[in-house]
Amino acid sequence: MCLGVPGRVTRVTTDADGLAMGTVDFGGLAKDVCLAWLPGVAPGDYVVVHVGFAIARVDEAGAHAVFALLEQLGQLDELAAAGGDAP
Amino acid sequence: MSAGVRDAAAGLACPRPVSGYAHIVLGHGGGGRLTQRLVDDVFARAFANPALAPLHDGAVLRVGAGRIAISTDTFVVTPRWFPGGDLGSLAVHGTVNDLAMCGARPIALTAGFVLEEGLALDELERLVDSMAAAARDAGVPVVTGDTKVVDRGRGDGVFVNTTGVGVVPDGITIAPARAAPGDVVLVSGTLGDHGIAVLSVRDGMGFESAVRSDSAALHGMVGALLAALGGDVHVLRDPTRGGAASALNEIARSAAAGVAIDEASLPVAAPVQAACELLGLDPLYVANEGKLLAFVPAARADEALAVLRAHPLGRAAARIGHVVADHPGRVVLRSRIGGRRIVDLLSGEQLPRIC
Amino acid sequence: MKFVDEYRDAAAVRRLVATIAARVTRPWTLMEVCGGQTHTLVRTGLDRMLPDAVTLVHGPGCPVCVTPLEQIDRAIAIARTPGVTFTSFGDMLRVPGSDTDLLAVKAAGGDVRIVYSPLDALRLAERRPDREVVFFAVGFETTAPANAMAVWLAARRGVRNFSILGSHARVPPAIEALLADGARVQAFLAAGHVCAVMGWDEYEPIAERHRLPIVITGFEPIDLAHGVLAAVTALEAGRHGVENVYARAVTRDGNVAARRLLAEVFEDCDRAWRGIGTIPASGWRLRPAYAAWDAERRFDVGAIAPREPAECIAGAVLRGAARPDRCPAFGTRCTPDHPLGAPMVSSEGACAAYVHVAALA
Repeated sequence: MCLGVPGRVTRVTTDADGLAMGTVDFGGLAKDVCLAWLPGVAPGDYVVVHVGFAIARVDEAGAHAVFALLEQLGQLDELAAAGGDAP
Repeated sequence: MSAGVRDAAAGLACPRPVSGYAHIVLGHGGGGRLTQRLVDDVFARAFANPALAPLHDGAVLRVGAGRIAISTDTFVVTPRWFPGGDLGSLAVHGTVNDLAMCGARPIALTAGFVLEEGLALDELERLVDSMAAAARDAGVPVVTGDTKVVDRGRGDGVFVNTTGVGVVPDGITIAPARAAPGDVVLVSGTLGDHGIAVLSVRDGMGFESAVRSDSAALHGMVGALLAALGGDVHVLRDPTRGGAASALNEIARSAAAGVAIDEASLPVAAPVQAACELLGLDPLYVANEGKLLAFVPAARADEALAVLRAHPLGRAAARIGHVVADHPGRVVLRSRIGGRRIVDLLSGEQLPRIC
Repeated sequence: MKFVDEYRDAAAVRRLVATIAARVTRPWTLMEVCGGQTHTLVRTGLDRMLPDAVTLVHGPGCPVCVTPLEQIDRAIAIARTPGVTFTSFGDMLRVPGSDTDLLAVKAAGGDVRIVYSPLDALRLAERRPDREVVFFAVGFETTAPANAMAVWLAARRGVRNFSILGSHARVPPAIEALLADGARVQAFLAAGHVCAVMGWDEYEPIAERHRLPIVITGFEPIDLAHGVLAAVTALEAGRHGVENVYARAVTRDGNVAARRLLAEVFEDCDRAWRGIGTIPASGWRLRPAYAAWDAERRFDVGAIAPREPAECIAGAVLRGAARPDRCPAFGTRCTPDHPLGAPMVSSEGACAAYVHVAALA
């Protein structure tokens, strides 16, 4: 139900109905997207796009959360591996 | 060649009306004077070559010794013009490539046209000029042809059929059944370019991208590969409609062997990947028109790869998998994360999805 | 692609899976409720990389699968009407109705077109005032705002030759209904993009009342592995409640502007779920102010008498009550080439997913 793809906003305009529209770049492909539901969105922001609409801003801090977890898990692995040698 | 300036890409034409009509009418298919003038002014002028010149019922060619390869294909793509190609050049490349995939040196092509009443003559001329240029560049002349006209509403503009003949040198036997466990599977470059290029200009799907169709004649590159590896080239296949997945499935079935491919090694250009993500398409099922798959023994894989990469059309050639005795007839993919999935034949066409 | 590629890292997925395996002490059954999640699991083979103790059940999160047969038949009837240009997402084209499907209608001469966005359908209507353009507005909460926008704009611009045939479904009532029906699921993986729009306040009472974990996940392999890890960790610790591990796109409030538009254009209604039955207040229909853009009112296609194939057990499958490969017709009379029901057609349907599993066995 949920094919949403993240891309970088490159342009924001307003259409005849007063809706924020724009262009989003997906790694080399540019698509016109409706940005009306993300007030204040600006070029450079990353957004998640579903059927031609930006439904969410990508939060960089939130994006990092799982990698912080992975680092922790990695450190735990290393501790466990070294465990036999701990005094 | 011809008087009048044509720039197919820009769509400019110095207009030379064929008997004053700007569009195809039923009379152009009647066999009378209108037909004759259409053939003379559009087809014969563009394709001009000695074998075609007699404009007889068929062309007679001297082909020397060897086995004859023959292949036919009909081209119906819409839109007819897309980044990197058009229906005309595609019709040449497609059949030249099919011959090359048999291990044949292409000798000549036929061109059969079904024209819809109402087709703009200007567009027909541009398409034919593009075909002629492609044929010239490939060194494979169009030596005979046919034209029919159908009522408006019965033909979607233009359908083109090209049939090609070629000669297969002795010692070369390319056949899907020759794929043997241990063989390495190579692809000559990035997957999905053509299909995405066509989609990008199709109504309702529009997006701007730098993706261009890879439509190209592969026989030169194939010739180099055969010269280097000879009979060790077991299978060649150009993954056109249905993409690499369909081609690999057909080969696996013919060979009654399994094909194992590695997702991480599939070459896909970034904008093609992006388009596939956006539309929910799998690049493995997207058409290519200037790529080949090659199955060669493991011991010769490095050499084959080097030959491909040395050719302008094979710079991004890569090793993508190998043939196994397991799961005969099936293609299994090892995903980027190390899981496995079957790559099956699709029931029909791959459709974009939102889910 | 940024925010995509890095979530497909193999080593990271392996580490998460290993952690899951290390933490699991007893069998757990999780249900994922989004077709997009199913799709990733099958495509990457991730579901089979999980320890045997963790069972993933594919829930009714496939809008294609749960659109009532009656609505498919109605779509087909409208598509056959002269003067109609019937537009749809690609997903719906091969879903079998009682007799045929939209692709066959196209083959028979109907003007059926695939569009990427509902706005494309509206634009088509504006360009072709001579056609009646109908858009098959299927979807969960992720897609509903886009469909709402098309209608809102049509009303605003006075586009009269445009209408939508709606089939909107809401996830929380479906989860409630499944649990009330006795589904033996101990945790849910909630759909990240549904929640990007709706937030997660609707899930808190469910998690509370049934005392289970509901983990909101994204759709890349790392996201799903992370989601399973969070669910298993909560289950092992006896914790319940909503946890969001799709923090890069989901907040508790969701997308306020989109939710406002939904409320403006749609109102709750009871809705039939194919194979499951009617779930109260589980759908959306156009409000009276927008009734003029409702294709169901605009087109009188007569009585629709849907006939489900007797053998199809889609309902039980969608409820998580039956495994597709245990269906008597599975792989024989029901295959992707000649599907009896929607879960075999859709690339993310539970039955189609099992075809893959079976073939790999």
